[in-house]
Amino acid sequence: MTTIDLNAANADVAAPAIPTDAARPLDYFDLLKPRVMSLVIFTALVGMVWAYVAGGTLPFGLAVVSLLAISVGAGASGALNMWWDADIDAVMERTAKRPIPRGAVPKPEAAAFGLVLSALSVALLALASNYVAAGLLAFTIFFYAVIYSMWLKRSTAQNIVIGGAAGALPPVVAWAAVTGDTPWQAWALFMIIFLWTPPHFWALALRRSTDYERVGVPMMPNVEGDSATKRQIFAYSVILAVFAAAAQPFGLGGPLYLVVSVVMGAQFVRLAYRLLRAPEGDAKTAMRLFGFSILYLFGLFAALLAEGLFLLAI
Amino acid sequence: MADLMTEDEQKRRKQRNLAIAGGIAAFIVLVYLVTLMRIGASVSGGG
Repeated sequence: MTTIDLNAANADVAAPAIPTDAARPLDYFDLLKPRVMSLVIFTALVGMVWAYVAGGTLPFGLAVVSLLAISVGAGASGALNMWWDADIDAVMERTAKRPIPRGAVPKPEAAAFGLVLSALSVALLALASNYVAAGLLAFTIFFYAVIYSMWLKRSTAQNIVIGGAAGALPPVVAWAAVTGDTPWQAWALFMIIFLWTPPHFWALALRRSTDYERVGVPMMPNVEGDSATKRQIFAYSVILAVFAAAAQPFGLGGPLYLVVSVVMGAQFVRLAYRLLRAPEGDAKTAMRLFGFSILYLFGLFAALLAEGLFLLAI
Repeated sequence: MADLMTEDEQKRRKQRNLAIAGGIAAFIVLVYLVTLMRIGASVSGGG
């Protein structure tokens, strides 16, 4: 499956339909995966707020610059991912309109753009906060661009499980920026996003499995089948819901977070169970879980943000 | 070389150049501000 011939796709990327000089600044902005960046900003902001609750003393202005550096670093890793995956992006329906496959930005320019922004964001974070945070950001970019994009994505069905660590690190980086260290609460935020990633992406992959199969990316439904994927989604959903709620008595968040994590966690597990019982090819149930997973993560982090800001205000 | 470019291509190149210039200027200003803030924090913190 992974030996699929992608020469045709590569040829498309090598000879874009639109000349190089047609690229607009907005095309380069698209390389940064703005939607992923907004999630990174949100989760990193929560990490920062709780780092202040824990006694962080970084001046506010430097925290704002640090948040900017973290989001640009995340965007840079997205540009490197698009550079590396341009061949398969051109074939997949979901990604065919990205700047490189549609011929708006040449591949070498995307790589240079990603590398320059990676270096600048890490340097800026080191200057604005500390070397621990800068080192963690550099590791996050490396993990996403090299470990996930170049290695795991095309070689194992566990790609998004391990690769999910890159998407889970921003709140830890942000916490480190404010306090200079990474206590267990920061890693609890990491674990929530880490455990959330598999059910979130596999729910989407159940619907997009033909897309992934066409380009030879070994996503769980293509390799293990729909039934095994649904079982794993359910298992991860239970572990996620239990972990998120159980972290509260140990010092993550307050009563609002506990209520939100219990109520939304129960609904997450319920939808995962419905998917488990759904007949094969039932895309609607899978997309329902996918949609709710976004709401779930937003709900948890919004509750944490509200409680953190409240504690800072009193 | 510029003669081979269409008017639209020239316009987009200009937009890109302005975006790069803006990005560099913003980065310089940020580094300057961060330096001032760090100095301020050190002074007020006695460090």
